[in-house]
Amino acid sequence: MVTPGPGTDPRASAAGSGPVPKRRGTELALLGFAVLITMAAQCIVDITMTGSLTSEVATFGAWFTALWLVAHVLVRRFAPYADPLLLPCVAVLVGLGLSMIHRLDIAGDQLGSNSSGEDAPVQLLWATVGLGLFTAVLVVVRDHRVLARFAYTLALVGLVLLAIPAVLPASISEVYGAKLWIRVAGFSIQPGEFAKICLIVFFAAYLVDKRDVLALASRKVAGLELPRGRDLGPVLVAWAASILVLVFERDLGSSLLLFGIFVVMLYVATERASWLIIGLLLFSGGAFVAYQLFGHVRVRVDTWLDPFAYADEGGYQIVQSLFGLGTGGLFGAGLGGGRPDQVPVAKSDFIASAIGEELGLFGLVAVILLYLVLVERGLRTSLVVRDGFGKLLSAGLAFAVAWQVFVVLGGVTGLLPLTGLTTPFLAYGGSSLVANFGLVALLVRISDAARRPTAPPAPTPPKLTDAPTEVVRP
Amino acid sequence: MNAPLRKVAISVLVLFTLLIVNVNIIQVVRADSLRENPRNTRILAEEYDRERGAIVVDGNEIASSVPTEDSLTYLRQYAQGPVYAPVTGYYSVIYGNTGIERAENDVLAGTDDRLWVRRLADLFTGRDPSGGNVQLTLDGATQQVAMDALDGLTGAVVALEPSTGKVLALASTPTFDPAQLSSHDPAAIRAYRESLDDDQITNQAISERYPPGSIFKVIVSAAALSSGDYAPDTVVPAPQELTLPNTATTLNNFGNDPCDPSGQQSLTDALTISCNTAFAQLGIDLGEEQVREMAEQFGLDDEGFEMPLPVAGSTVGDIATAAELGVASIGQQNVVVTPLQAAMIAAAVANDGSLMRPYLVDSVQAPDLTVVDQTDPEEMSRPVSPEVADQLTGMMTSVVENGSGRRAQISGVEVAGKTGTAENAGPDHNWFIGFTPAADPQIAVAVFVRNGGGTGGDLSAPIARQVMEAYLGQGGG
Repeated sequence: MVTPGPGTDPRASAAGSGPVPKRRGTELALLGFAVLITMAAQCIVDITMTGSLTSEVATFGAWFTALWLVAHVLVRRFAPYADPLLLPCVAVLVGLGLSMIHRLDIAGDQLGSNSSGEDAPVQLLWATVGLGLFTAVLVVVRDHRVLARFAYTLALVGLVLLAIPAVLPASISEVYGAKLWIRVAGFSIQPGEFAKICLIVFFAAYLVDKRDVLALASRKVAGLELPRGRDLGPVLVAWAASILVLVFERDLGSSLLLFGIFVVMLYVATERASWLIIGLLLFSGGAFVAYQLFGHVRVRVDTWLDPFAYADEGGYQIVQSLFGLGTGGLFGAGLGGGRPDQVPVAKSDFIASAIGEELGLFGLVAVILLYLVLVERGLRTSLVVRDGFGKLLSAGLAFAVAWQVFVVLGGVTGLLPLTGLTTPFLAYGGSSLVANFGLVALLVRISDAARRPTAPPAPTPPKLTDAPTEVVRP
Repeated sequence: MNAPLRKVAISVLVLFTLLIVNVNIIQVVRADSLRENPRNTRILAEEYDRERGAIVVDGNEIASSVPTEDSLTYLRQYAQGPVYAPVTGYYSVIYGNTGIERAENDVLAGTDDRLWVRRLADLFTGRDPSGGNVQLTLDGATQQVAMDALDGLTGAVVALEPSTGKVLALASTPTFDPAQLSSHDPAAIRAYRESLDDDQITNQAISERYPPGSIFKVIVSAAALSSGDYAPDTVVPAPQELTLPNTATTLNNFGNDPCDPSGQQSLTDALTISCNTAFAQLGIDLGEEQVREMAEQFGLDDEGFEMPLPVAGSTVGDIATAAELGVASIGQQNVVVTPLQAAMIAAAVANDGSLMRPYLVDSVQAPDLTVVDQTDPEEMSRPVSPEVADQLTGMMTSVVENGSGRRAQISGVEVAGKTGTAENAGPDHNWFIGFTPAADPQIAVAVFVRNGGGTGGDLSAPIARQVMEAYLGQGGG
C-alpha cells in the first residue's frame, strides 16, 4: 500500500543509518522566527498608528512566545517525531492575524472606519483556549487509530453540531443572514467549525471500512466506471446533508466545504475518478437549483459576476476589498499605512484583503504559500503514514484547510462567489481558531506516527522445530 | 491510496496557483484602475495627509490647505468659495473632487510627472511631500463682477481673451460653498450636500447646452460672407412672414413686426434688428452644408474638449428638411451650445477669424513657486478670413450701436455684439455675445440667463457691459 518514491520517505534516507532525526530543534528555531515576525509586525503597527510603543507590546510578546513554547514542549513530549513545519506555519499565520486585528482595533476611531472594538486581546485569549484543545488532543489521543472506534459517535456529534443553529431561533443563531451561530451570554460559537472535524474523522473511518465495496463493484457506462446504484448511498447522503445546510442555515460556504471534502476523501479511498465526476454533477445540479430557488444565492452569484454593478449594495464588500488590494499593489501600503478598515468585517471575512492592502502582493502571496506548505506537509504525512485510516484522516484534514483557504481567498479576491467561511488561523473568531488548533493537533499526532520508526520486531521465541531436542526421560 | 493522494496534492497546488494568479491580476494588472476608481476613497484619504497645492488667481490663493489637529492632516480652505466654485469645484472626503480640484489633481496632490524633480528631492531630504500650485488664467475682478451680476438668476458668464483663449471669467449661478463640502465632518458634509439642488453644483457655463437663438445668426452671416456671394450691404429678402418650404408653417419676426416695410434689407440691417425671416431664408439659400461647415469651424462639432475642465460638445444637430434648416438658421430646432461655446464665437470674430483654444490653467508651479509648465496659446481653427471677421465686427458693432444690443454700450469704447432670445419649453433663454474694444478686442464675453423671460438685449446685454467694463476699467489685457 505504501509505495514511496525516491526521496519522499523520510525514513528512506534514515533506513539502516541510525535513528530518525526528530527535527525538534528546527521546529524551535522556526517558531522563534515566527514570534520575531509577529513582534516586528506588532511594533510597526503601534509605531505607525499611535506613534509610540507601550508596555502592552511586551505583555503581548511574552504571552505569544509562551504560547508557542508550551506547544513546542508538548510536541517534544507527546509527539517527538511530528512534522517540524506544521506548528511554525500556524504560528506565523496566527501572529499575522493578531497583528492585523490589533491594527484594525486602533483604526476603529478613525473617520470613515468600519471597524471598532478591542478584539486582538480576545483573539489572543482564543488562541490560548486553542492551545488547550491542542494539548488535550495530544495528551488524550496517543494513537490516532483509536479515533476510528468512535467514528459513529463523532458522526452523530458532528451532525448535531451542524444542525443546532438551524433549529435554534434566528435571534440566537443568525448573523448577516446566515444561521451558523450559537450566541449565548456574549459568546458566539460557530459549531460548524467543530462539526467539520468530527465529520472528517467519521468519513475517514467509514470509507476505510467500505472502500473495497465502493471501489470494486462497478458497471461500465460510456467508458466510465460507474459505481452500483446502491453504493451511491453515502455520497447522496453527504450531498443531501450539504443541501440541507444550504437551505436551513443559508450558508453556501459550509455546504460547499463539507461536500468538497467528502468527495475528495471518497476519491482518495477508492482511487476512482468517477466519484469526482459524480460529485461534480451532483454539486452542479444542486447549485443550479439553489440559484433558481434562493434569493441569497442568486445575489451572491450576481455580485460575483459583476461586483461593480452592485457596488452600493451586495457588491460593496467585494468592491471595497478589491480597492484595498489594488491600492496595496506590489509592496502594499505598509502596516498601518493603508485603509483596510474601509472594508466591512475586515477582521474576520476580509482579513486577507487587509493583508493584501498593507503587505502588498508579496505579503499576500507569502500567506498563501504558508497555507500551501501547511497543506502539503499534511498531505505528505498522509502519503507516509502506514495505516489506511490515518492516511484518509490526514488527507481529509489537510484538504479541508486547502479547500477552505481556496474558497475564502477566492471569494475575497473575486475568483469565486463570496461565502461566509473564515480564513483558518488568520481571521478573528474563536470557534474557527480553536477548532483549527484541534485540527493541527490531529495532523501533528498522525505525522508523529508517520515518521516514528517502526519498533524493531520483538525477538520471536525460537520455533519448536528448531529447538534442540530434549530427551525426556521417564 | 497514494496515487490519488498525489493527484490531490497536485490539485491543491493548482488551486493555490489560481489564487496567486488572480491576486497578481488584481494587485498588478488592475491595480491602477482600482486605485483610481472614483469610488475608492483611499487615495483621497492618503492625499489629505499631505499639503495639497494651492489654486491661484492673480497671485491670491483661492483654494489652499491648512494644517489641522484631526486625523486628516490638512483642511482645504476656499477664499471667496462661492465666487470661484464653478471653477475650483470641491474636494470632499465623501463625494470625491470636481472642477480644477479634480482636473488638476495630479499637480495639486504632487503626483504629476512634471513635479518629479521636487519629488526626488523630497525623497532624499525626507521632507514631507507637498503638492504643486495651479495658476489660473482668471481675472479676479472680472470673475467677481460676473458672479455679482448673475446674482439671483440661473445662468452663466464666460469671458475670454480673444488673442490667446485665456478664460478671464467662468461664472455659473446659482453657486455653492465648496468649503462646506470639503470639511472634515462627514455629517455636516452630507447635510450640506443634500441641501443643494442640482443647479447649484452644475456648471451652466460648460456642462449644459441650450438653444442659442439669434446669436447663431453670426455664424450664418459668417457663412454668407465667406461664400463670396454676400457683403454686409447685400440686400436680402426680409418679409414679415416666411412660409417654410414644403410646409404650411409660417415663421415670424420677434413681436411679429416687419423687418422692413420694403420686405428686404441689407445683411447688416437684418443682423442689427435680428430679422428672423431674413436669416431663415439666407440659411435655406446657403444650404445645410455651408451653414453646418461654418458652425463646425466655430466649434459646434458635437465634440467636447477639456480646458482642462470638461466642456460639453455643442452642435447644430440633425437637419432633415429645408424647413428645419430655416429654423436652425435662427438658432432654434436642434441647435444647442454651451455658454463657453457662445463666447468662442465672439472671440473668433474678435481675433481676426482665428479661434484660440480656451484654457484655464496658465501655469503649473512647484511648491517653491518655480514654474514647471506654462500653457502656450494654441489655435483651434480658423473659421473666417480676417476680411470677413472685419465685416462681421462692423455688423456686430451696428447691433450694439443701433439695434437690439444697445444696452451693452460702454461710453467711449466701441462694443460689438449680438443678442439672442431662445424659445424653449419654459420662458425664453436670454443671450448676449460680444467683444470690446471693436478695433482692438481685449475681451470677448457670452452671457446666458436661463429662462429669464425677457430678451437678450434687456437681460443679458447689461450684464455683458458690466463684465467688459470691469475688465477694461482696470486696464485689463
